Amino acid sequence: MATGIKNWLDSGTPWIWLNAAAVSSSLVMVLGLLLLIAVKGMGHFWPATIWDMQVQPLSDAAEPVQHLIGEIQDTESVSVASLRDAGATGLDGLEGQVERYLVKTGNRDVSGLDFRWVLAPALQARTRPEAVVVFERMEWGNLYGFVEQILNDGQPVAEGDAAWLELQARLERVERLRSEIRHLEKTEIGSINYRIERLRLDRRRLELDGEDTPQALAAIEQERSELQDRFAGLRQTLDARYREIGRDSVQVAVMGGTQVSVPLQNVVRAYRPNAMSLLDRVGFYFSKLWEFVSAEPREANTEGGIFPAIFGTVMMVILMSVLVTPFGVVAAIYLREYARQGPMTRLIRIAVNNLAGVPSIVYGVFGLGFFVYFLGGNIDQLFFPEALPAPTFGTPGLMWASLTLALLTVPVVIVATEEGLARVPSAIREGSLALGATKAETLWRTVLPMASPAMMTGLILAIARAAGEVAPLMLVGVVKLAPALPLDGNPPFIHLDRKFMHLGFHIYDVGFQSPNVEASRPLVFATALLLVAVIVALNLAAISIRNRLRERYRSLEQ
Amino acid sequence: MNTAQKINPDIFKQATGNDDADTCLEVLDLNLYYGKAQALDGIRLSIPRKRVTAFIGPSGCGKSTLLRCFNRMNDLVDSVRITGTIELDKQDIYAPSVQVAQLRQRVGMVFQKPNPFPKSIYENVAYGLRLQGVKSRRNLDEIVEKALRGAALWDEVKDRLHENALGMSGGQQQRLVIARAIAVEPEVLLLDEPASALDPISTLKIEELIDELKEKYTIVIVTHNMQQAARVSDFTAFMYMGKMIEHDATNKIFTNPSEKMTEDYITGRYG
Repeated sequence: MATGIKNWLDSGTPWIWLNAAAVSSSLVMVLGLLLLIAVKGMGHFWPATIWDMQVQPLSDAAEPVQHLIGEIQDTESVSVASLRDAGATGLDGLEGQVERYLVKTGNRDVSGLDFRWVLAPALQARTRPEAVVVFERMEWGNLYGFVEQILNDGQPVAEGDAAWLELQARLERVERLRSEIRHLEKTEIGSINYRIERLRLDRRRLELDGEDTPQALAAIEQERSELQDRFAGLRQTLDARYREIGRDSVQVAVMGGTQVSVPLQNVVRAYRPNAMSLLDRVGFYFSKLWEFVSAEPREANTEGGIFPAIFGTVMMVILMSVLVTPFGVVAAIYLREYARQGPMTRLIRIAVNNLAGVPSIVYGVFGLGFFVYFLGGNIDQLFFPEALPAPTFGTPGLMWASLTLALLTVPVVIVATEEGLARVPSAIREGSLALGATKAETLWRTVLPMASPAMMTGLILAIARAAGEVAPLMLVGVVKLAPALPLDGNPPFIHLDRKFMHLGFHIYDVGFQSPNVEASRPLVFATALLLVAVIVALNLAAISIRNRLRERYRSLEQ
Repeated sequence: MNTAQKINPDIFKQATGNDDADTCLEVLDLNLYYGKAQALDGIRLSIPRKRVTAFIGPSGCGKSTLLRCFNRMNDLVDSVRITGTIELDKQDIYAPSVQVAQLRQRVGMVFQKPNPFPKSIYENVAYGLRLQGVKSRRNLDEIVEKALRGAALWDEVKDRLHENALGMSGGQQQRLVIARAIAVEPEVLLLDEPASALDPISTLKIEELIDELKEKYTIVIVTHNMQQAARVSDFTAFMYMGKMIEHDATNKIFTNPSEKMTEDYITGRYG
C-alpha cells in the first residue's frame, strides 16, 4: 500500500493536479469577477417592473395603508432580533428571519427619500399597474407616477389615455429641440467663444510684445465685433429655442396622491415598463446601453452616459503609447547594444526594474511637481505669457497625464525591448555586418524589425498598466467633469492642455463621491465592466499588431 | 618547432605552374588572443587570387578564427587582441584608417548555418546593395538576378522572389546567402563550413557552385570534411593548435604531405 502511494507521488500526478487546480481556480476567479460585474452592472439598464405596493406599517395597525410605487431593487433577509435591537416596533409574533425589500421609489424632489425598506410582513398586496410611467429627468432622478394631463403653456391639451400618446409626440419634439440647443451651445457658440478668447489672447500678446499698433488692434477689434454680432444672432435663436422647449409640461399623480408638474424639457425619457412586451424591453435595454456608452453624464455623473470618460481614457492611453514607445526603445537599444556591459549598466538595469515597483501615486506627485509646475510653468512663461496668470500648460492636463503614465510604464517597455534585442540570433547580426553594414545599419534594418514583436509585448504590458491606473491621474489631469473633450473642431484640434475624464476615476467618483451612492451603484459596475472592455480592446489591438509582426519576422529558431 | 617558417609564400606558383595567380591575402606573423588564451600563433600564409584555399584541422585549431580575421569579424568579440598584419592587396586591413564596413564589402562571408534575414528572397539579395545606396529598381532587379544566377538559384526562385526567404530549404538558403554575398561583388569570399549543416545533395550543389565562383572570386573555405577539401580546393592549409602546420597545393597535401602531423591527420590518426 505504502509503495502504491509512493509510486503515485513519484509519478508526478499530484503536482499536475495541484497545477491544474491552481489554474482552474484562477480562471474561475477571473470569470466570476467578470460575471459579477456584468450581472450587477448590466441589469441596471433593464426596465424593471414597477410595483404598486400596499404597505401597512407594523408599528401602528391603526395607520392607513400606504401606497408605495417603485421598483424592488434588492431583497435580503434580516433577523427579527436585530430589527428589535434597532428599535423597530410592532414585530410581535415574528420570530427568526424576515425578508425585507429595498424599494426604489424615486421622486426625490417630492418625498426627499428615493429608497426605502419594506418588511415582507408589512406588505399586504402588490399590483403592477399598466399605466404607471417612469420619467427619467435631467435632475432629481426618476419620477414614478400616472400621467394626468398634458399642459401646453399652462393650458390642458390632453387627458387620460390620450395624454400618454400626446406625451410621446411632445417628448420627441423636446428631444429634437434639445439636440438643436446642444448643437448651438456646444458647437456654434462654443467655437465663437473659443475664437473670442483667442482674440483676447492675441491682443494681450501684442501688448506684451509692444506691437499693439492701432492697425493691429483695430483688426482684432473688428474681428471681435463680427464674432460678437454672430454670437448675438445665435443667442437670439437659442433664446427662442429655450422658450419653445419650455412650452409643455405634464401633470403627474405620484404616490400619496400628490400632483406634480414636470416641465417636459426636464424629461429625458418616459416609459411604461409594465406595459412593455419582451421585445420592447429588449429594445429599451439596448437604447439605454447605447446612451450609456455614447452620451454625456448628467446629475453629477450618476445618470446618462460616460462617453467623455471612455474617450479620455482611450486618448490618454494612445498618447501614452506614442510617448513611451520611442523613449523606452531608444533606452533599451542603448543599454543592450551600445553601452559597455559592466557594473554601471547592471546598476541602471536594477534601477529601471525598481522604477516599475514605485507606487504609482509617487509618479503622480512627481508629475505634478516636475511636469505641471516646473515644465508647464516654464512653458507658460515662454510661450503663453498672454494668458497669464491663468495657466495654459502649468496646470494638470492630458499632456502631463500621458507623460506621467509614460514614465510609469517605461521600465516595462525597456525590459521587454531588451529581451527582444537579446533574442535576435547573433547569426543574423553577423550576416548583416559581413555584408558591410555598420552596427547602426544592422540595428535599423534587421535587428529592430526582428525585435519589434517584443517591443509590442512591452507596449501591451504598458497599456494594461496605464489604462487601469487612477491614482497618479488625479494629480495630473483627470477631473470629475470635463467641460470639453480634448479633441474637437477648434484648431489645433488636439488640446493637450485640457483636463479630461477617465473611466477609472469615474468609477471612484460615481461610487464614492456622488450625492446618491445607492442609486448609482449599478453604474459603478457597468463602468467597471466598460473599463475592462476598453482595456481588452486596446490590448487586442496591440496583440493583433504584434502577431502580424511576429509572422513577418519569424526568426530562425526552427 | 617553428612551422610557419617552412611555408613558402610562392608555393602556389610552383604548384600550379601558373604565374597569373598572384597573392590576394597575405598573413604575416599573426597572433590572436582571447583574453590571455592564445588562439592563433605566428600564422604566415599567402592566399592566391581566384583560387580556392581550404583550411583543415581538428576542432578548435583556430581555422575559423583565422578566417574571421580576414573580414575582421573578430572585432565583435570584446576580449580579442591581435598582433601581426593581414594584407589585402598589399594593404593592411588592421590599419587604423581602414573602415571595417568597407572592408567587409570587399571580403564577403558565408557562415556555417544559413542565416537569411527574415525578409523576402529579393530583399535578402538586395540587402548589401541597399546599404551601398543603390536605389534604382532596375539596377536592383538586374543585380539581384545576376547574383541569384551566380549562386545557381535563379531558376528555383525566380517565381517567388517576394516570398519569405525562411520558407526555403536549408540548401537553398545557403545558396541564397552566397548570392547575397556575391551581389555586392566582393574580391574575397570566406566560407565557414558552408555545407556542414546541409544534406549530401545540397552539399554537392554548393561544391559545384564553389567551382564556378572561383573564376571570379578568391575563395577561402573552412571545412571539416577532408573529401570536400580535396574536391573543391586548389590549396590546402592544415592547422593544429593555432599553428599553421603545412600549406601547399591540395594534391601534394593529400598525396605526399611534408609534415608527419598532416599525414596523421589526413589518414585519420587523430582529430
